[in-house]
Amino acid sequence: MAVCWLFLRRVAAARACQSLVTPRASWRPLCTGPPRRAFAKELFLGKIEKKGVFPFPEMDQDELNEINQFVGPVERFFTEEVDSGKIDREGKIPDDTLEKLKSLGLFGMQVPEEYGGLGLSNTTSIRLGEILSLDGSIAVTLVAHQALGLKGIISFGTEAQKAKYLPRLASGEHIAAFCLTEPASRNNTGSIRTRATLSEDETHYVLNGSKVWITNGGLAEIFTVFAKTKVVDSDGSVKDRITAFIVERDFGGVTNGKSGDKLGLRGSNICEVHFENTRVPVANVLGEVGGGFKVAVDILNSGRFSLGSIMAGMLRKLIELTAEYACERKQFNRTLSEFGLIQEKFALMAQKVYAMESMSYLTAGMLDHPECPDCSIETAVVKVFSSESAWQCVSEALQILGGLGYMRNHPHERMLRDARALLLLEGTNEILRMFIAVTGLQHAGLVLTPRIKQLKGNSMAVVMETISQRLWDTLGGTVDLGLTGNSGVVHPRLQDSAAKFEENVHCFGRTVETLLLRFGKTIVEEQLVMKRVANVLINLYGMTAVLSRASRSICIGLPDHDHEVLLASTFCAEAYFQNLFSLSQLDKHDPGNLDEHIKKASKYILEKRTYVCSHPLDRTS
Amino acid sequence: MAELRALVAVKRVIDFAVKIRVKPDKTGVVTDGVKHSMNPFCEIAVEEAVRLKEKKLVKEIIAVSCGPVQCQETIRTALAMGADRGIHVEVPAAEAERMGPLQVARVLAKLAEREKVDLVLLGKQAIDDDCNQTGQMTAGLLDWPQGTFASQVTLEGDKLKVEREIDGGLETLRLKLPAVVTADLRLNEPRYATLPNIMKAKKKKVEVIKAGDLGVDMSSKLTVVSVEDPPQRVAGVKVENTEDLVAKLKEIGRI
Repeated sequence: MAVCWLFLRRVAAARACQSLVTPRASWRPLCTGPPRRAFAKELFLGKIEKKGVFPFPEMDQDELNEINQFVGPVERFFTEEVDSGKIDREGKIPDDTLEKLKSLGLFGMQVPEEYGGLGLSNTTSIRLGEILSLDGSIAVTLVAHQALGLKGIISFGTEAQKAKYLPRLASGEHIAAFCLTEPASRNNTGSIRTRATLSEDETHYVLNGSKVWITNGGLAEIFTVFAKTKVVDSDGSVKDRITAFIVERDFGGVTNGKSGDKLGLRGSNICEVHFENTRVPVANVLGEVGGGFKVAVDILNSGRFSLGSIMAGMLRKLIELTAEYACERKQFNRTLSEFGLIQEKFALMAQKVYAMESMSYLTAGMLDHPECPDCSIETAVVKVFSSESAWQCVSEALQILGGLGYMRNHPHERMLRDARALLLLEGTNEILRMFIAVTGLQHAGLVLTPRIKQLKGNSMAVVMETISQRLWDTLGGTVDLGLTGNSGVVHPRLQDSAAKFEENVHCFGRTVETLLLRFGKTIVEEQLVMKRVANVLINLYGMTAVLSRASRSICIGLPDHDHEVLLASTFCAEAYFQNLFSLSQLDKHDPGNLDEHIKKASKYILEKRTYVCSHPLDRTS
Repeated sequence: MAELRALVAVKRVIDFAVKIRVKPDKTGVVTDGVKHSMNPFCEIAVEEAVRLKEKKLVKEIIAVSCGPVQCQETIRTALAMGADRGIHVEVPAAEAERMGPLQVARVLAKLAEREKVDLVLLGKQAIDDDCNQTGQMTAGLLDWPQGTFASQVTLEGDKLKVEREIDGGLETLRLKLPAVVTADLRLNEPRYATLPNIMKAKKKKVEVIKAGDLGVDMSSKLTVVSVEDPPQRVAGVKVENTEDLVAKLKEIGRI
């Protein structure tokens, strides 16, 4: 009895303390990190790192004027001179189109000015990316050249390497390709088999191996190649580590196969590249010997987020084209645009484009900021969301056109085929979801480990605190993470959506903690759990971006900001309910969680390697 | 090898691909938030000047535009195409709406004298007002010879041979310099302003002056009474034979 009473007093005390302190301040992490915390990572802790995300990054007028100057000629070129249908049918980008692209300066957008490039910021580059999207094959060729092929030289190259290679890459005289993937290691970078052996006299490496799915493989002169090299560790042991190399086709032994016969992006050149006893001078090691993994990850992270704006640009044009059709075509004596199911599709497309644009430019703003935090999660989120939304939206647009959409003389079918590739390229969306979840959980885990140890070690005070907080949550305590109110960063008109967002974030933080408690390190094996975690985070980032952008639009009075508010709140409401559903499924005892059933069913199917059920017409006698 | 100096006038107009909408108060068309670009004929004029420079026949190209501050974008495009420097004659937006060919011609004439140019190049007309007057008026004010609707321009010593596209066919004139030339569609195909050139153009100088500084009278004796949509096209009527045609025409009072 006395113990019980003591227990209750403690709960009351803890709760009293709790009521004075908002959930956010109740456990401050041991802050030894860099001053600018990565936004997405902090969401895993149930925190909203407002700096850098609110207000929505704004460009100064001069830079904006410059971008607008750039947009004009590029847009004109694409509308007047690029025949996407022809490129798709012939499976090749015509030589003179490539030449014009080079002279326009599009091959050196991100190369610094002193090396002959345009030195454009991430934001400007993705703005131009919106126009490149008018042809998928051209977009992919340019992205593979710049964001992947030569990015490594810009980020990790020595002065000598930059001076030697960048000028001709910027002018387009040489094209670059990124060679990481191999037949046996399509997603698992660590398992690549291409080998670079240091020569006896230590002047060069001899490179041997095969790479597959290399964009621009047949066109490139300069390759960023990843190979295993023997490295002597600090403890004296010899290990196999990945090293990045700049390889010139002229080094000899470099051959490539024919460009694959693809479903979409048929104008792009994607093929196998083989290296046979290729001699690579020691001076061509990119970054440190043995430091190739980091080089690869860095390049991939920054390369993939440009897909967001590329998709947004394409979808905007598509919405225009399709709306024109829907408002002209009549059935049952009414235009298509009067029917609810058609209207729904347009609202969906507009919402997705709005979210995609907001996320892309928010991320670009972060990457352009001098205190650039680690945006690897954000860039992955942009890629996953944009590729899946694009696939969905192009499909809906095609559907609106009905039979006409299915015909090859309309662009929709080509755009659908092109869009499908994005779910696979630059990291499949499944891998990226796992990456998002693992990176975030690792970050949270690092911060929460002391607490979790204490919880597991039955530290009374911590246990009490936790119980009381959960009680607070279940009894409907409101969450205030500082987005609205007097010092709020979100406009009052978006108050409801902001509240939903804060609630989701708070719940997410709690759920992450529970999951870490429940699974510990084994969580990396639970893909279905991690998928939900990633989905929630993707939605949260989307909500952040639309809230930030819409707030700014209202505050500065952009035209049609009411429409933006509508799109933003609809997106947030949908995302909110989706998140609640995912989060509830992450609960251990959730009846809606069918993971065990799914695993059981698939296990049986995969054991038998076929669909197992008896045929409906089968009899037993 | 003549060391000529050329003045090219460029106009910022609503982009040709935009669907024009008349303002509800009928005072003009909607320009807010609408895409603008350089008048296509002005682009052809700039291109011709740049080609003459590349042939080393022209030493310096000055691009000029009259209007509100956004005109500087158009001047920058001309610089990116190859002009050497720009002059922006700043006219506030409200006044710019009332500005017509005569006022612009007065400005260009004054500038041509001030800059001591040998050649003034313009587009034959602007796609917003279709006036087709500025070039001609400028020549008149300067008392210079003019070659309008040019489809080919060749320099011959101190004379300019201009082939003109006229209704009857092609007319070739020989003009003594200094002269005014207006560009027609088939004179050349303008180049794209490449991104590297746009960046280089940032370093080129653009001088901003006011019309008053040139001593030009910007007043106009014209006022726009109203701007309306053209009437909707009504369906035509098919007739069987000539008698019917005559009867129908009499019916609607046309004959």
